[in-house]
Amino acid sequence: MTIKSSSADDRPQTADRESNRLSSIVHGQPSSNFLKAISAVVWKDLQAEFRSRELFSAMLVFSLLVILIFNFALDLDIKTRQSVTAGVLWVTFAFAGTLGLNRSMAIEKDRGCLDGLLLAPVDRSAIYFGKAISNLAFMLIVEAIVLPVYSALYNTNLFQPGLLLVILLGSIGYVAVGTLLAAMTVQTRTRDILLPILLFPVVIPLLLAAVQASNGVLTAAEASQIMRWINMLIAYDIILISTAYMLFDYVVEE
Amino acid sequence: MQNKPIALKILDIAAIFLLAITTYIALVVAPTEATMGAVQRVFYIHVASAWLGMLGFIAAIIPSVVYLRAQDLKWDRVEVAAIEISSVFFFLAIVLGSIWARPAWNAWWKWEARLTTAVITELLYVAYFMLRAGIDDAERRARFGAVYALVAAASVPITFMSIRWVDRTLHPVVFGVSRATSEIDMAMTFDMVKALLFALFTFTVIFIDLFWNRIRLGDLQEKVEQLKLKAML
Repeated sequence: MTIKSSSADDRPQTADRESNRLSSIVHGQPSSNFLKAISAVVWKDLQAEFRSRELFSAMLVFSLLVILIFNFALDLDIKTRQSVTAGVLWVTFAFAGTLGLNRSMAIEKDRGCLDGLLLAPVDRSAIYFGKAISNLAFMLIVEAIVLPVYSALYNTNLFQPGLLLVILLGSIGYVAVGTLLAAMTVQTRTRDILLPILLFPVVIPLLLAAVQASNGVLTAAEASQIMRWINMLIAYDIILISTAYMLFDYVVEE
Repeated sequence: MQNKPIALKILDIAAIFLLAITTYIALVVAPTEATMGAVQRVFYIHVASAWLGMLGFIAAIIPSVVYLRAQDLKWDRVEVAAIEISSVFFFLAIVLGSIWARPAWNAWWKWEARLTTAVITELLYVAYFMLRAGIDDAERRARFGAVYALVAAASVPITFMSIRWVDRTLHPVVFGVSRATSEIDMAMTFDMVKALLFALFTFTVIFIDLFWNRIRLGDLQEKVEQLKLKAML
């Protein structure tokens, strides 16, 4: 009965929604405008990156070099590999991430693009989320290449759903803090060296939880052991994203 | 030149006097601890310094929020004063802890929850000063400082939680129920508790005194800057 009546009402409802959407485009409904602004910033970054491939290639080559250095520094034989793989991966991601964050904000600052963005009549937090999402995209792409390379080089299978989830959660938190701090450091005199110094002490709990969770997944530990670190990652992500969301306005304000 | 307020002068003298009494109590009056011996006496100053470290970092949250809301540089000076004093005392607490740890744990340092958190916290506030040093514009320096102080304040509890999960604590848990889990059980006699409470009181007075002096110094620096500008014009 109810199903029937709802399907009968379907047409006018969709028509209503359609007209709503049109009016929102014309008059500018706040929520859709916000999402549009975010996607515009993300799209701009991805397109610029697709044309130059500066950031991406630098991050990728750098991460491969870090893995190479670890190979000699730690002598990654089968026995060591089991215990240090998670650590090596996260150190690599953290270092490559700093490189990307620095560059992505420096581009905005150098040619006055940030001022242009700030002039746009959108909420400042839309710029934050846009930049954060595009930084996340770069980081995930790099990780998506590093993982199979590492798997092939060291003959271990890193493509496990649990590990992928941990990497996703870890990267979200890393990028959430990193975008905020990079927006500050590019406006200082010592910009290139300052970001890691500001960022690393803040992301230590994140890296620690990520390494513990990854280790748990790779050594097939108990689910409850892994879950509590994943919960920690989620808690960190939520707390730091909301902190950054509240504070970003003050970082870009002139 | 503005004269020092009379209340601050009294507080200065009181702080010095209290510190002398605390030193005397810690070194002479307090009973010698049964297992650790004389080195345990550093504990009173160690705990009191750590307390000041935490106090200032927590206290800095309020001026940071107020600064971002009101954009008045006065609050920035309050924030810097709190963090500056705290980072010094936190460093003191870490060093004193090491001095105690050498005979008690037979090592200057152990990678243990509280110690690791202490170092990370100290590094956060060192980063805070490095950030400030890299910015010339006073407004921006204050704004970024407040933002970073809040980000740091949000991350420290998570750091402490997560590191605590990794390994069980070696540090003597003086207060609270988890005493049984610690390797070194520190049985405190009533006199020791009294001595500790007195040390905590003394250091709180020292904090208020330094805090007041530091804010006053900041205000005077600001005045000098303005006079300099006026002289140049």
